[in-house]
Amino acid sequence: MEYSREKLQEEKVFKDPVHRYIHVRDRVIWDLIGTKEFQRLRRIKQLGTTYLTFHGAEHSRLSHSLGVYEIVRRIVDDVFEGRPEWKPEERLLSLCAALLHDLGHGPFSHSFEKVFDLDHEQFTQQIIVGDTEVNKILLKVGRDFPKKVAEVIAKTYKGKLVVSLISSQIDADRMDYLQRDAYFTGVSYGHFDMERLLRVMRPREEHAVIKQSGMHAVEDYIMSRYQMYWQVYFHPVTRSAEVILTKILHRAKHLYEAGYEFAQEPHHFYSLFKGEVTLADYLKMDEAVMLYYFEAWEEENDAILKDLCTRFVNRKLFKYVEFHPSNNQMNRLMELRTLFKKAGIDPDYYLVVDSSSDLPYDFYRPGEEEERLPIHLLKNNGEIRELSRESEIVDAISGKRRTDHKLYYPADLLRDESTKKNIKKQIRELLELAD
Amino acid sequence: MFKDHANIINAISTAGEISGRKKLQKIVYIAKKLSFPFHEKFQFHFYGPYSEELTLRIEELCEMGYLNEVREKKAGYYQYCYSITDAGQDFLSIQEVEMPALEACLLDMNEQNARFLELVSTVLYFDTLEKAEVTEKIFTLKSKQKYTLEEIDEAYAYIDQLKTKAKPN
Repeated sequence: MEYSREKLQEEKVFKDPVHRYIHVRDRVIWDLIGTKEFQRLRRIKQLGTTYLTFHGAEHSRLSHSLGVYEIVRRIVDDVFEGRPEWKPEERLLSLCAALLHDLGHGPFSHSFEKVFDLDHEQFTQQIIVGDTEVNKILLKVGRDFPKKVAEVIAKTYKGKLVVSLISSQIDADRMDYLQRDAYFTGVSYGHFDMERLLRVMRPREEHAVIKQSGMHAVEDYIMSRYQMYWQVYFHPVTRSAEVILTKILHRAKHLYEAGYEFAQEPHHFYSLFKGEVTLADYLKMDEAVMLYYFEAWEEENDAILKDLCTRFVNRKLFKYVEFHPSNNQMNRLMELRTLFKKAGIDPDYYLVVDSSSDLPYDFYRPGEEEERLPIHLLKNNGEIRELSRESEIVDAISGKRRTDHKLYYPADLLRDESTKKNIKKQIRELLELAD
Repeated sequence: MFKDHANIINAISTAGEISGRKKLQKIVYIAKKLSFPFHEKFQFHFYGPYSEELTLRIEELCEMGYLNEVREKKAGYYQYCYSITDAGQDFLSIQEVEMPALEACLLDMNEQNARFLELVSTVLYFDTLEKAEVTEKIFTLKSKQKYTLEEIDEAYAYIDQLKTKAKPN
């Protein structure tokens, strides 16, 4: 039997707290799950530093990837199958792309990519088409198959319906992470009726549409998303941990470039510091490795690296104040930077502005410049209407971006009056920090 | 601090004014592909490479009062034009932005229309592929734009021209 059609003798199931069971029947999917590149995702947390705010948020990118696979499997096997707009030959492609879509994530992705100027999507592509266990399995399906999977994930595949299942404003990726992140953080937001959404989803040439009768389930999904972004993803304490993590990596890179001799040599970081990271180097880096170095660097001679690592490992985070970027505030920031220097606290590491921004739902009309694929409703008479034209709730938040800026600083250092007492007092006054 | 913000302000200041969000996106992407130090991440979208991060940065810079955004009515749709403000000039004067070769590239790109820049950026997005494959991608993914083979040739020639301009003297 052709490998692409081969089924396991008995269906395998993974118990899952979000979807109850994840069902695997295809040999290809089972083999992909067993690769070392996929198993590496166990050592990358789905929500990065969020576990320092919500202690339950320890779930991995592996569990999320399995969840996205399961949602796509339910869509294509239970909802799309047999419908004329769906091409059954794209089933395995959709499942593989769903399972592998996050394969290239690095440890604490956001900070890691920012500091070392990397892009996890490029590594996802490299893992799929490069010399890896994943590639070998995909090649057994067909010579062009790895390339097709990579194209779906990169959104450059010609079949837009398949792409939209994994990447659109209502896709399997978001449907899984909203529910999974809500479950593991323990918040009461993020819940919506996914079963209902899947039942009313219909394939069209370029994307899936939602039957009008499912509009309220979509509204619920959009509001869940909105709440999760502001209550969980952009939580200011999580961002504080992220700021410190970024500064640790900056400091380590700076020290390497300055010829500093590390007590704990950063072997895993050398290619990153040099900007010459290979796929093999990249795959060796995960959160367990990174946290090992952070613990070791708590003993370094460099005071800044030592302090930042101690803060991260022991959750001694920076405090924050609201910061509204404007001329006045920028002048205040410059003044603060000068005072920090006078106080002997390096502002490049200890005074940081961080911004978060989200657009809960957006749509574009022909001729406009926006780039987001809208959610379409399928009316009973066959007409297709953009969601916000039918839903007053969605219309109220459409295109409305919310942005939040915060200024982070180490309150404990500023309260330590053993040195530079007067300058620190001035800083505290500027930050309106109570004594 | 704010180095990435300064790079964007500098680009808009150098160009004088950039009309259209799509054009701005493509100009920054092309400049990044020419190895100028822009760090915004791009993904493939309807109009080719697009960066949500750049969109956010522009909004932030407008909010900070460093960029001016004007909504202009065009034939049947609205377009946004960006220019630097006095506050933006002051901010830029205290930042160290050194990209001397950027000016010639930017001025040239700013004279092209958004449709052509969309094609150029798409060609660059697929720069690891052979020209025949890139052409096929453009015909498949950008079928609505109806690009011709001549236009694709022009895009390749234009990229070569920009690469020469981008080389430091």
